[in-house]
Amino acid sequence: MSDVRIAGVGLTRFGEFPDRTSRDLFAEASGAAIEDAGIDRSDVEALFYGNFMGALAEHQGHQGPLMAEAAGVSAPATRFESACCSSGVAVREAVKRVRNGETDVLLVGGAERMTNMGTAGATEALAIAADDLWEVRAGMNFPGAYALMARAYFEEYGGSQEDLAHVAVKNHFNALENEMAQYQKEITVDDVLEAPTVSDPIGLYDSCPISDGAAAVVLVSDEYAREQGIDAPVAVTGTGQGGDRMALHDRDHLARSPAADFAAEEAYDDAGVGPDDVEVAEVHDCFTVAEVLAIESLGLFEVGEGIDAARRGETSHDGAVPVNLSGGLKAKGHPVGATGASQIAELTSLLRGDHVNSEHVEDATCGVAHNAGGTVASCVVHVLEVAQ
Amino acid sequence: MTGDYANAGYDEFVAAVAEGEAYYLECANGHGELPPRRVCPECGSTEFTEEPLPAAGEVRTYTVTHVAAPSFADDAPYVTAIADFGPVRITAQLRGIDPDDVETGMSVGLGVETTETTGADLLVVRPR
Repeated sequence: MSDVRIAGVGLTRFGEFPDRTSRDLFAEASGAAIEDAGIDRSDVEALFYGNFMGALAEHQGHQGPLMAEAAGVSAPATRFESACCSSGVAVREAVKRVRNGETDVLLVGGAERMTNMGTAGATEALAIAADDLWEVRAGMNFPGAYALMARAYFEEYGGSQEDLAHVAVKNHFNALENEMAQYQKEITVDDVLEAPTVSDPIGLYDSCPISDGAAAVVLVSDEYAREQGIDAPVAVTGTGQGGDRMALHDRDHLARSPAADFAAEEAYDDAGVGPDDVEVAEVHDCFTVAEVLAIESLGLFEVGEGIDAARRGETSHDGAVPVNLSGGLKAKGHPVGATGASQIAELTSLLRGDHVNSEHVEDATCGVAHNAGGTVASCVVHVLEVAQ
Repeated sequence: MTGDYANAGYDEFVAAVAEGEAYYLECANGHGELPPRRVCPECGSTEFTEEPLPAAGEVRTYTVTHVAAPSFADDAPYVTAIADFGPVRITAQLRGIDPDDVETGMSVGLGVETTETTGADLLVVRPR
């Protein structure tokens, strides 16, 4: 089995770029990743590309070959769709492909164009990640779904909107110096609590923005890296994926994310590490409560104890395990199909020491990325380690 | 988008609720499911019988949606609830109560009404 190295990473800035096509966004991100890797484009043997709503936003299907072309890569290309963890799933399949020796150099990433649909249009489009017959027709949208989970959490384990507000404040703070982030703006707990309610108890500042953007990563086998003299200090050492019932109402636990529990355990076992080894994490905070569910599923906090981790400072830049040093989906932005790959890109930079926030995790050698789809009916977890 | 065609299974369920004859599918091992269903996702059973849905449901969790997608814009603010009806859970709009007075655990009954925005059929629960 080949070790999988991350040879290069690339991002566009996330934000509101309604005029930019996803092919142009992905061309920029993939170009940056290939340049960062220092490989020849002609060495890329396959493209795995994540995208969720391109059929609605751009009336574009069959995006694999379109994006290979945009990236200047002459290789077979496949689009992966798994709602908000589309490119997380693409990364996982790419890792397995490199491990089994079939492929030495793989370009993996994703893009999403959303703001051209407007906030209302994008909200309606995002809702197709829920069960159309049994959820969407009843008026459930994603802020509403996470609000249902937040209330269930409060009732089962306690906690408050103020606890959740600290998650948003932390992630905005982390993004202040991240030039790739959609929001580089500090906010306060009062700002969050006084913001308009979207779906009680979720407010506007508990919610990630609607974003355009792309992310890309070049994965290579360690043999290829050695032979080509490529400096690729970070390895993907663990991968896991969990699934659950599609509709939130069919879950046993409305205040937990069992698919993420499963993905985390599988990824940790795969890497031969445990939650205690994790020194930095990028998690799927599409809403503030989602970060709480994520850090509990990752085993960084006991069930019912993640709610005030941000308030206590344990997940802040100077806490025991910094969470979402990139700014997370909340402040960095959430171009859905790009998010999973962007977490891998940010975590790689953090561990390599070339991220604007690397100083907070200077000695870290192990990080984890958590990327969820829908109301966590899908989840992918990856463990990244600095190779010895 | 399914155009003018029905969603077989779902549409019959909605019609049955409207007629006060709501049902659920019970597999050979007692798991409750909503239609259409050929295999029980909990246990793999392929034997189902239609059983009457309990008249009383219990609200497990709810939210008051203030910012709605376009197809529910005129309905906002509205309450979305997940309610247990015996062995099945249903997501529905909760009507007939001030949103401030909604509580988890309250007893509700299931019916079919229409959305304010588009007039489409809508599963609704009301306090009972």
